[in-house]
Amino acid sequence: MIRIEQLTKRYGDTTVLDIPALEIPEGQIFGLVGNNGAGKTTLFSLFLDLIQATEGTVTINGIEVHRSEEWKAKTAAFLDDSFLIGYLTPEEYFYFIGELRGVSKPQVDELMDSFSDFFNNEILNQKKYIRDLSKGNQKKVGVVATFIGDPELLILDEPFANLDPTTQIRLKELLVEKGKDIQKTILISSHDIQHVTEVCERIAVLEKGTIVQDHKTSAKTQKELEAFFSNQT
Amino acid sequence: MFGGLYFAAIFTILGFGSYFILDDDMGVEPLSFINKHLIYAASFWIVWRFFVQKMPVLNIQSFLILPVKINAVVHYALGRTVFSFFNIGNAFFFIPFSIVLVKNGYPLAQVLSWHLAILAIVYCTNYLNILINDRNDVFYTIATTLVLFALFQRYAIFDITLYTGPVFDMFYSDPIYALIPWLCLGLIYRFTFMHFKNRMYLDAGLQPIKKEAQELRLNWLNRFGRTSIFIKNDIKLILRNKRSKTTLLVSLFFLFYGFFFFIDYSSGMYEAPVWKIFAGIFISGGFLFTFGQYVPSWDSAYYPLMMSQNIVYREYLNAKWSMVTIATIVSAVLASFYIFFGWETYAAVVIGAIYNIGVNGHLVLLSGAYIKTPIDLTSTKKPFGDKQAFNAKSLLLTLPKLVLPMVLYFVGSFFGGPWGGYLTVGFVGIMGYFLKDKVFDKIEQVYKSEKYKTLNAYKQTK
Repeated sequence: MIRIEQLTKRYGDTTVLDIPALEIPEGQIFGLVGNNGAGKTTLFSLFLDLIQATEGTVTINGIEVHRSEEWKAKTAAFLDDSFLIGYLTPEEYFYFIGELRGVSKPQVDELMDSFSDFFNNEILNQKKYIRDLSKGNQKKVGVVATFIGDPELLILDEPFANLDPTTQIRLKELLVEKGKDIQKTILISSHDIQHVTEVCERIAVLEKGTIVQDHKTSAKTQKELEAFFSNQT
Repeated sequence: MFGGLYFAAIFTILGFGSYFILDDDMGVEPLSFINKHLIYAASFWIVWRFFVQKMPVLNIQSFLILPVKINAVVHYALGRTVFSFFNIGNAFFFIPFSIVLVKNGYPLAQVLSWHLAILAIVYCTNYLNILINDRNDVFYTIATTLVLFALFQRYAIFDITLYTGPVFDMFYSDPIYALIPWLCLGLIYRFTFMHFKNRMYLDAGLQPIKKEAQELRLNWLNRFGRTSIFIKNDIKLILRNKRSKTTLLVSLFFLFYGFFFFIDYSSGMYEAPVWKIFAGIFISGGFLFTFGQYVPSWDSAYYPLMMSQNIVYREYLNAKWSMVTIATIVSAVLASFYIFFGWETYAAVVIGAIYNIGVNGHLVLLSGAYIKTPIDLTSTKKPFGDKQAFNAKSLLLTLPKLVLPMVLYFVGSFFGGPWGGYLTVGFVGIMGYFLKDKVFDKIEQVYKSEKYKTLNAYKQTK
């Protein structure tokens, strides 16, 4: 699904990202953990062609992201609040994304109905603009919007941050459920080791711009990751 | 900053110049002429501030738990507005004007007392604006009254300046009266202070007002296909954000801009018919210049979303272009009252609209592609424009927008009189319309090649 070759990103003399090779196969739930400034968001931004790589390429489904835009039709992402339109209500935002992805209004409504538990009556029919929602509710809107149009690749940066405990648990269930679809590839970054180990099949550790560990998730993974991060200074 | 300097320069020139224009060219007594119209200036200050001046409440939260007296915080927040350009800006006009008065033999003491009275009035409007900022009803009452009195005066029904002019004259003729505005200022400041102090809680005054979302059913736009997706969004953008709402207000001002040209001023400066084309471009182009110029900056807050979604630039551009075109047509229709100034005058407006649609519509979008100033929709932080808005490329592109139609008119009128001029401008406008696809190709290229720079520039505000 995604292939990285000799990817580097430098700002002046500082290298913020340097990944010689990485391959994420179709259907995988891939987790990225790392401390602040490790380069998680930079990597995701490179996947989405939002920043320009200094060297190397990112390929989604055989398409180099900076050469063609065809990958956009099958990719959905939520990195931060710059993926939300503050002056729309959540409904209007969902319809807008739906229209861009060729999903009709009734279909969007139907999809939203299936998220009513997840929304916990705080999102729909509130007569509020997204900019007036709390951070946690904004995140719910952004994450759910990525499900519209059934994209094959989902990229979520810190999806668990700011969510209340109940919603965190529901989101985990939701992602695991989505991940069962063998055609869906999901990329998640998080600060929370426990969350990623529960959700992801594979976990990579990013440290100062390079991938220092790459695990298939097993019973031991959480302990190993905790050991790794507690030895960091 | 550049915008501020620009206005400062304009005000200074006006301050020095208006005495001579009024005295020599128009033959009126400068001070009483200014006094006569000050009531409009004062009301305009309030209206203008209401739309664009930023409220001082921001960043107060961090002071609340510091060991500082609340009174001091409030005084500080209110005091800071003293140096706002909305206040200082006026000094650039009134100080040179007062100096010229004294130079021309007006007694220093009286000019000084008049000047200080005006200063107090400027600050009265400053604090009044803070007081009424969240009161739309009060504001619209003031705005409507202003317009009504202006119309009454225009059509000689009732002239309010006959009553208010002498009041301002009093500040000059008898310095003791100049104390009155200062007393008012004291009172208004006191009110504002109390108003603020009582609301220094997170759940009271410091919380941004959350308005209930209004529902906008724009389904009838769906017939325009995929373009309508963006048009629907843009309409919401304009109506629901303070900053973008000002474009509507400015468009309205532009609509009346022609009065400057068409009313028979004794100066006769704009009598040449070529100025009619200039005015025509402005009258129908208010929205075009204020909105179109800042595409795609209006979408800066969520540009990463736009860039990672399945969006075809062409559709996006078409939507913006349609907005600008519709607004231009509506302006041209609303401007039909210029028929009172003669058919030829209104023809200039229509020709201006055609040129705006055919040529300027493309040009603003093209220059917009180079402007990478993010727009903070929720605030109106930089009302005087940004230095990037004045960058060389976009400045260069203003030439064909304003100067070219005048040149075209001039050339056309050389061969065929005024109507030859109109026809030439109109013809070029229609030609431009057919070149739309070519220009859009170019804009698309700019968008693509500037994508990363634009994304990066928009990120900077956060």
